[in-house]
Amino acid sequence: MVRTIGDVLLLLGAGWTVLAAVGVLRLDDVYSRMHAATKAPTLGLLLVSWGAAMHLGGGGAVKILLVGMLVLLTAPVGAHLIGRAVHRSPGDVRIRIDTVDELGTGG
Amino acid sequence: MTTAALVLLAIAAALLMVRVLVGPSVVDRVIAVDALLIVVVSGLAVNAAMTGRTTFVDAAVVVGLLGFVGTGVAARFIERRGA
Repeated sequence: MVRTIGDVLLLLGAGWTVLAAVGVLRLDDVYSRMHAATKAPTLGLLLVSWGAAMHLGGGGAVKILLVGMLVLLTAPVGAHLIGRAVHRSPGDVRIRIDTVDELGTGG
Repeated sequence: MTTAALVLLAIAAALLMVRVLVGPSVVDRVIAVDALLIVVVSGLAVNAAMTGRTTFVDAAVVVGLLGFVGTGVAARFIERRGA
């Protein structure tokens, strides 16, 4: 029973990661690609780590859950750094969705 | 069942590699590589579940930390040099 739930969680996480990859490939804006590339693989990795923890059990389960927690903590920080760098950078990144720059004026 | 999960992760990695190769700016490539490292960590977790051995879980920790550090360094580079 536990292994069946683990298998379902592994497949669900892998499918979520495929959806994230499709989003990164199809969306046409840096910020929306970042939206697809940061949140969805993190949830996919969390589901995969829960499934793997159900398969492993014991100390390996604790370690692999810690991997999931680590990525859950570091992925938003990394995406925030990248987003801030894109907003401040002198280059001309093509932006199609966010036409109103709420951070650009008055600062 | 774990083999199907590995196949799905391979499809995701291939799609992300297309974005790494095509991506018009440096930022797109950095974002895609960041997601690719998360896919690699997921693959190592699935491998640990498939074989029942926890050797590769340590490697997953290292890859996760490496992705975060690499993203921070790339962000500093982009902030200074432009996308």
